[in-house]
Amino acid sequence: MAAIAVVPILIAKYSDDKVNKIMVIDQKPELFTTVIPSTETVTFINFKISIDSAKKVFNADEFYGILYLNEDMVKNPGGAMLFTEKQANLSVTNYIESSLEKQIEQDKLKAEGIDQKTLASIETHVDLKTLTFKGEENSAELATAVGFICGFLIYMFIFLYGVQVMRGVIEEKTNRIVEVIISSVKPFELMMGKIIGIALVGLTQFLLWIILTLSITSVASTVLMDNKMDAKSISQNMGAGQLDKNALKELGATPVVQEDALNKIFKQLSSINFTLIIFCFLIYFLGGYLLYSALFAAIGAAVDNETETQQFMLPVTIPLILAFIVAQGIVQNPDSQIGFWFSIIPLTSPVVMMVRIAFGVPPWELALSISLLILGFVGATWLAGRIYRTGILLYGKKVTYKELAKWLFYKG
Amino acid sequence: MSNILEVRNVTKVYEKHVALDDVSITIEEGSVFGLLGPNGAGKTSLIRIINQITAPDSGTISFNGGPLKPEHTAQIGYLPEERGLYKKMEVGEQALYLAQLKGLTRPEAIKRLKYWFEKFEITSWWKKKVEELSKGMQQKIQFIVTVVHEPKLLILDEPFTGFDPINANLIKDELIEMRKKGVTIALSTHRMESVEELCTHIALINKARKLIEGPVKEVRKLYKSNVYAIEYEGNNIGLANSLWGDFELVENEIEGDWKKALIKVEGNIDTNALLQGLINNVTIHSFREVMPTMNDIFIQSVTNNEIQTIHE
Repeated sequence: MAAIAVVPILIAKYSDDKVNKIMVIDQKPELFTTVIPSTETVTFINFKISIDSAKKVFNADEFYGILYLNEDMVKNPGGAMLFTEKQANLSVTNYIESSLEKQIEQDKLKAEGIDQKTLASIETHVDLKTLTFKGEENSAELATAVGFICGFLIYMFIFLYGVQVMRGVIEEKTNRIVEVIISSVKPFELMMGKIIGIALVGLTQFLLWIILTLSITSVASTVLMDNKMDAKSISQNMGAGQLDKNALKELGATPVVQEDALNKIFKQLSSINFTLIIFCFLIYFLGGYLLYSALFAAIGAAVDNETETQQFMLPVTIPLILAFIVAQGIVQNPDSQIGFWFSIIPLTSPVVMMVRIAFGVPPWELALSISLLILGFVGATWLAGRIYRTGILLYGKKVTYKELAKWLFYKG
Repeated sequence: MSNILEVRNVTKVYEKHVALDDVSITIEEGSVFGLLGPNGAGKTSLIRIINQITAPDSGTISFNGGPLKPEHTAQIGYLPEERGLYKKMEVGEQALYLAQLKGLTRPEAIKRLKYWFEKFEITSWWKKKVEELSKGMQQKIQFIVTVVHEPKLLILDEPFTGFDPINANLIKDELIEMRKKGVTIALSTHRMESVEELCTHIALINKARKLIEGPVKEVRKLYKSNVYAIEYEGNNIGLANSLWGDFELVENEIEGDWKKALIKVEGNIDTNALLQGLINNVTIHSFREVMPTMNDIFIQSVTNNEIQTIHE
């Protein structure tokens, strides 16, 4: 998990290490030198030769490509061309394009008699403050993020550990140890033991992940981000381990703005009802897991080996995947009809309701959803228990849905 | 003697397939009960019902005089036909786990397992993983965990399959020793010679029905054909002369010094009458009743598929 956070930073940091030299053939030299300054990764060298001769002297070992700029770039923006040996690098082309665009826009503004200062004073940024009637400040972005992360964690947990339950059941069945064990305990007890045991393993693992992720990301962000700051702030950050107010002040002009933004985030964070979220997270987390892992256990009992699980896996995984897809749409409109129904149906509610909670959900919906989830997992466990105790002792037979249905009504 | 287990009129039907049809058996305390029958006869179904793994559709089972309850599993040891262990787990840890499942405390389980591991001279296996052991070695572990909680009733489904003759004998000796301690043993097997060696009682199941049940001696009596084998010296004709009316010479082998003959006795004639007749004409070296082997009984009973009752 920490790797997910750290690796992209590392990649961003080290992938652009090569300096791309670019030959520039400019028909109007005074344009170019002011337009595109060299950067760490791209340098431009001007040549006063024709494009044809430049192509002849071009050496791929030394240069990345040739940038050809037409005489009248302002009137004809299509006159800029970049010749390269290989496919042109996206970051290089983006950089050149945006720089040229900026310059041409400025030239055009000048031609219209508008200067840079006027433009800057015209430019406005609106930051819409969103408030509930109770006067709490809230943020859709933050609610989205919190809800989505919770939903995603539940989705992942169900998948990872549900399948682990299934594998465990198949292992016991193919090992033929199951008959020894169920002569001591009831099949239902064995199944529930497996489900609860793996849930505890999962929770422990999750806890370790969270601790590791927090510690690694804080260390990594200190080490990686501080490179960009000046020496003073680095020395201060080392002690604190994270950005603090003092460190921000050291940065000069920006801190006031950043402090504001930071304060705002904290303010908004406090507006989200975390007690409710954590409470619901635990309920949906466990309820969803118990519901699905019971179904996974039933699948494991009905088949002889993992390759045979396919036919039964599909109907179980489809609602889960659907829930995740719906959850992505729901962050746009949490109170839609789809959002309501998917957060009520037990098979999808753990993921979907978690996304909605951060936006605020009427208590009766929450109560209905949770009661249905509890009913759902009791029902699923009953169903799974019946399939389990018959299937676990049945070998070498390909089971159909019809047979599964019959197993439900076998006596003990 | 009291009955440790009574199965009364048990019927179990799977989808379109009758596994047990009104089967009743009684297992006396301290006996060795052989459950016989061809493949697919319903033995394993019955054993699973006794172990409360599945429930019968109808019928009752009583244990030690009262109805069979889940807590009785601690007094029953069960070695299934299809037996396995967790492959990745250490032998000792696994044996401990299974022993504790049967209600032993951890220290008690350690103590008893140590005893058994020493007895079978396998203490070095304790830390090994199960997958490192051969199949025969795994069977030994399985046997130990079946008996470690000192069950009153031991149920063994095909206990000798997979063992080499030495290990099979080792297990057989253990069973005999346990029987002496008062453990009741029920076993299903295809090996008729081990039935003859071990069992005091048998029941034979074929096509979901119980065909016969009773003490081995009684069952044999039921199937005996009243044929006596004699070894004698003397005149053939003299022998023939001594057989009148109720006796029939089935076979007469006249090669060698001692001649052999098989004589069938009709009805309820006292064998002494036969002997008296014979003594007058030939010299008798041996005289014994030809008893049917369990193999004969098995084949005859299954082929005829008739229910027989023993009157005691």
